[in-house]
Amino acid sequence: MQKLKYERPYIKKLNAGIMNKFGTRTDSQAFTHIDGVPVKSLIAEYGSPVFVLSEKQIRRNYRSAYRAFSTRYPKVQFAWSYKTNYLNAVCKIFHQEGSWAEVVSGFEYRKAIGNGVPGNKIIFNGPNKPKEDLLLAIENDSLIHIDHFEELTLLLKISENLTAKPRVAIRVNMDTGIYPSWDRFGFNYENGEAWNALTRIVNSGKLQLVGLHCHIGTYVLSTAAYAIAATKMADLAWSCKTQLKQTIEYLDLGGGFPSTNTLKGSYLPGADTVPSVDDFAEVITTTLLNSGLPKHDLPLLILETGRALIDDAGYLLGSVVANKRLGDGKRAMVVNFGVNILFTSFWYEHQISPAQDFTPHVENMTVYGPLCMNIDVVRESVNLPLLNPGDHVVVHKVGAYNMTQWMQFITQRPAIVLIDEQQQTHLIRTSETLNYVEEPETTPPHLIK
Amino acid sequence: MRIKKNIATSENGFIFNPATGDSFSGNAMASEIMVAMKNGDTEAQIKQNIQDKYEVSAEQLNRDWDDWILQLKEANLLEL
Repeated sequence: MQKLKYERPYIKKLNAGIMNKFGTRTDSQAFTHIDGVPVKSLIAEYGSPVFVLSEKQIRRNYRSAYRAFSTRYPKVQFAWSYKTNYLNAVCKIFHQEGSWAEVVSGFEYRKAIGNGVPGNKIIFNGPNKPKEDLLLAIENDSLIHIDHFEELTLLLKISENLTAKPRVAIRVNMDTGIYPSWDRFGFNYENGEAWNALTRIVNSGKLQLVGLHCHIGTYVLSTAAYAIAATKMADLAWSCKTQLKQTIEYLDLGGGFPSTNTLKGSYLPGADTVPSVDDFAEVITTTLLNSGLPKHDLPLLILETGRALIDDAGYLLGSVVANKRLGDGKRAMVVNFGVNILFTSFWYEHQISPAQDFTPHVENMTVYGPLCMNIDVVRESVNLPLLNPGDHVVVHKVGAYNMTQWMQFITQRPAIVLIDEQQQTHLIRTSETLNYVEEPETTPPHLIK
Repeated sequence: MRIKKNIATSENGFIFNPATGDSFSGNAMASEIMVAMKNGDTEAQIKQNIQDKYEVSAEQLNRDWDDWILQLKEANLLEL
């Protein structure tokens, strides 16, 4: 006789009171496949934990975002935000789709060059561009977005000995009615610093002012903030045209669109509350089209969207290590991936799904990572079915920032796998080895026996 | 390890403590074990019956039994 499926015994106290409007659990089925590839076989082949990226979803996100803007505005260009995920395979997908590169360091700049991006399609942002990086960007005719007066002074000095004028823009920060106001990057609009910088650039005659850039925040939940930003950018562009006799070729509205992850402390789930890329596109393009800029000569609109284009294309697969009962009676589960590789668990309440069939009973629990550190908490409170050691789980929407901000700490960083559009899997980054981690180290001779 | 005598249980997993007014819901395994414990079955008997009927290793069952007793203690359902 075949034995019945076992589930550990579990009782839950019934509390009279206000019902939880969201119910106990959102998942009704196990998450067993990613793009048709079984989670089980991915773990069997590439180990656990392992990051998985869906090429199909990346392309779908890009095309949908491009369509949202290009159907509303005549000239649109996306530039892939390298810091969001600079795995070469990921960057190349975006470049294949038509994205330029948006980089914020010499390291990222050289990665973009290595990925075959033409120099004149690289946007160089960031508050720290050393002289050698600026020289490289100038040589490649890249777009340099100036962040502060020291950088402007350095560029003017460099350009004294050049025949060609470097192509530059300034980053503008402004009050868009949201908190926090990102005024640490670029030149301020309201206090006249931005205008001062623009005047200096044009009057120098040594730099070619081609664009204006802003990036008002991250995970911005208000479309209205972008309307304010677009209005101020258009106003500056028009002032450049009329007062400085300088045509602005492009307006770069930066990034900051949210993904559908749920921010910690949010009352409602992200998927129900964040505006779509279409909502942002509608506000930005409508504002620009009605800004008074001449319709026949509108500037190119550049977007540096990162998170919204990749977050939901990334998954982290892992396994249950142990179950525990805490001092206050609450359940805890230890999994084999921690905050060192899932950096975004500091910001998000990541959805975690079991990767095998489960019964309807759920228990509220804390999910801890494997690090011997108190901060290693993946979810402080989540309702999950009764999972056993060895069971697999899938963490959703981890494509943005985790694969760049992750740390080699206590454990080594795992492999990353890409599932292509034909459901073939490709190892795009191997899991780290002890040799890889120790390779840059040297031991002084007196410590070698 | 005995369940308090006054605890009422139903076949579908509902547990009621008339002394405190607390009520609990349990999954199928919890309700099966509750019935056995109320019948006075020993720990060894209960474990053996579960292993005969369900697909579970002795190791896993022992591990879950400890947690089960902790839950009953936490819920104040055990005889002192």
